[in-house]
Amino acid sequence: MTQDTPATGAAVRDFLRRHPTMVIGASMLLFITLAALLAPWIARDPILLEPVNRLKPPSADFWLGTDSLGRDVYARMVYGARISLLVGLSVAVISILCGSVIGLLAGYFSKVDAVVMRLMDGIMAIPSILLAIALVALLGSSVQVVIIAIAIPEIPRVTRLVRAVVLSVRDLPYVEAARSNGTRVAKLLRRHVLPSTVAPLIVQATYICASAILTEAGLSFLGAGTPPEIPTWGNMIASSRVFLQIAPWTIFAPGICLALVVLAVNLLGDGLRDRLDPRISRRM
Amino acid sequence: MTGYIIRRMLGVIPVMMVVGIFVFSLLHLAPGDPAAIIAGDNATAESIAKIRSNLGLDRPLLEQFASWGLATLRGDLGVSIFTQIPVLTLVGQRVGATISLAATTMLVAVTIAVTLGVLAAWKAGSLLDRAVMGLAVTGFSVPVFVVGYILVYFVALQWRWLPVQGYVALSEGLWPWLRQLILPSIALGLAYVALIARITRASMLDVLAEDYIRTASAKGVATVPMLLRHALKNAAVPIVTVIGIGVALLISGVVITETVFNIPGVGRLVVDAISRRDYPVIQGVMIIFAGVYVLINLLVDISYSFFDPRIRYS
Repeated sequence: MTQDTPATGAAVRDFLRRHPTMVIGASMLLFITLAALLAPWIARDPILLEPVNRLKPPSADFWLGTDSLGRDVYARMVYGARISLLVGLSVAVISILCGSVIGLLAGYFSKVDAVVMRLMDGIMAIPSILLAIALVALLGSSVQVVIIAIAIPEIPRVTRLVRAVVLSVRDLPYVEAARSNGTRVAKLLRRHVLPSTVAPLIVQATYICASAILTEAGLSFLGAGTPPEIPTWGNMIASSRVFLQIAPWTIFAPGICLALVVLAVNLLGDGLRDRLDPRISRRM
Repeated sequence: MTGYIIRRMLGVIPVMMVVGIFVFSLLHLAPGDPAAIIAGDNATAESIAKIRSNLGLDRPLLEQFASWGLATLRGDLGVSIFTQIPVLTLVGQRVGATISLAATTMLVAVTIAVTLGVLAAWKAGSLLDRAVMGLAVTGFSVPVFVVGYILVYFVALQWRWLPVQGYVALSEGLWPWLRQLILPSIALGLAYVALIARITRASMLDVLAEDYIRTASAKGVATVPMLLRHALKNAAVPIVTVIGIGVALLISGVVITETVFNIPGVGRLVVDAISRRDYPVIQGVMIIFAGVYVLINLLVDISYSFFDPRIRYS
């Protein structure tokens, strides 16, 4: 035991030195996730209206001031992290799952490929934020609808990535061998093709997560995202727009928080990419 | 070459057809009666019936799609339900502001990004390089409306250097027009700068490692011509590609930027149309934006052989 400690310590230091971006990104995310989970214990009620305390600047009572309805900006910010993280994570999972299945099938079966890829090209040509706003307007605004509306335009990007990997391994000798052994297609794809897609997909998932958090905030900002009564960073900025001059904290607090979370996810993604694909890391 | 261009242009047809089907089905995918959705919550049975027959929603779906598709092909995007003005006229009134914003953003962003990317690659590993890469990650993480409000707060409200919001047409004079566009272009361009600078640096690093660059330096070619004429031109294909892909980013950003800076452009038009459920406007603008995206990426594909004559289209 005692012998192990210095070696482990050295390994940790070595990892920190070699992958600083990943460590910084991951620690920032961990901190924000903890804050979001512990929200009820570290912040007061985010929707409590106290008209007496309208637009109060930051103070010992209200760390980040109050908004135009007298709500605690700090509390709303902490609760807002919940929605951002939930949307980012859900969109990443849904689009990776759907995109992978479609990409595997398109890459492996050339008949499916032609049709599916034209469909994907078409979806990619529609500006994602417009598609998302339109879907939210049609299906009604709720967190679930927002997640689906943001996930759909992300699917083609995953499909293209997975398809490219499948095309590059499809005719390699080990896959050929498995095929001639009579392995069924489902098993072949799962056991011999899918593993090659894991590393690029993990990296892609972080970028999708970052972009989903940004899009959700953008949708809420435009008034076409999560219902206004739910505290989200986009909603906070949207409802405080007109008070920019007299109460800048109502906009800057959620804005900076939003930027930090996206930065953390992007740093984590860059770090993972360096770790998983050393060939690109030197250049990017 | 001509054959390739023709084939690539024909390839636009299926993509735009998918876009058309998607945009058309938006209205019909929604649960419930489209006419009732358009009419809104407090509509009477008569007004719903009137909307249904006006828009031809009582005809078979395939027939509706065919007539809508044919009209769109002819350039007839229908009439706004809310204002009773043809969609094309509405877009025409607002397209100047949007093109001004997009063009200034693109010009400024590409110039800054390519310069930064070339410098970073030239001095790879230096403090400058790290600063540029840091800016790139940050620029990609800060949402356009946050940059926008920070700029408005300091530059316009506190220091009073530039106007807070609004748009002035170019016909009112060059400076009044430009003055309104400086802050929006910076806010919108930041993410674009980040994207392009990153790719420029990566592509330049690849090219700078090639033998012919070493030969050029050994022959005594000065640094600037070496970087620009020898290296940058050969590094251009990935850069031009990402500029094309970034157009999608730019279009999404335009919608938000126009809201932040109160610019009466096409983005504002479509956001207002969505809140009023003005379907002809929503469908028309989506088709136009998608068409612009497809067209720009077509031009990007065709430009490859100009930058790299080794690329032959067969």
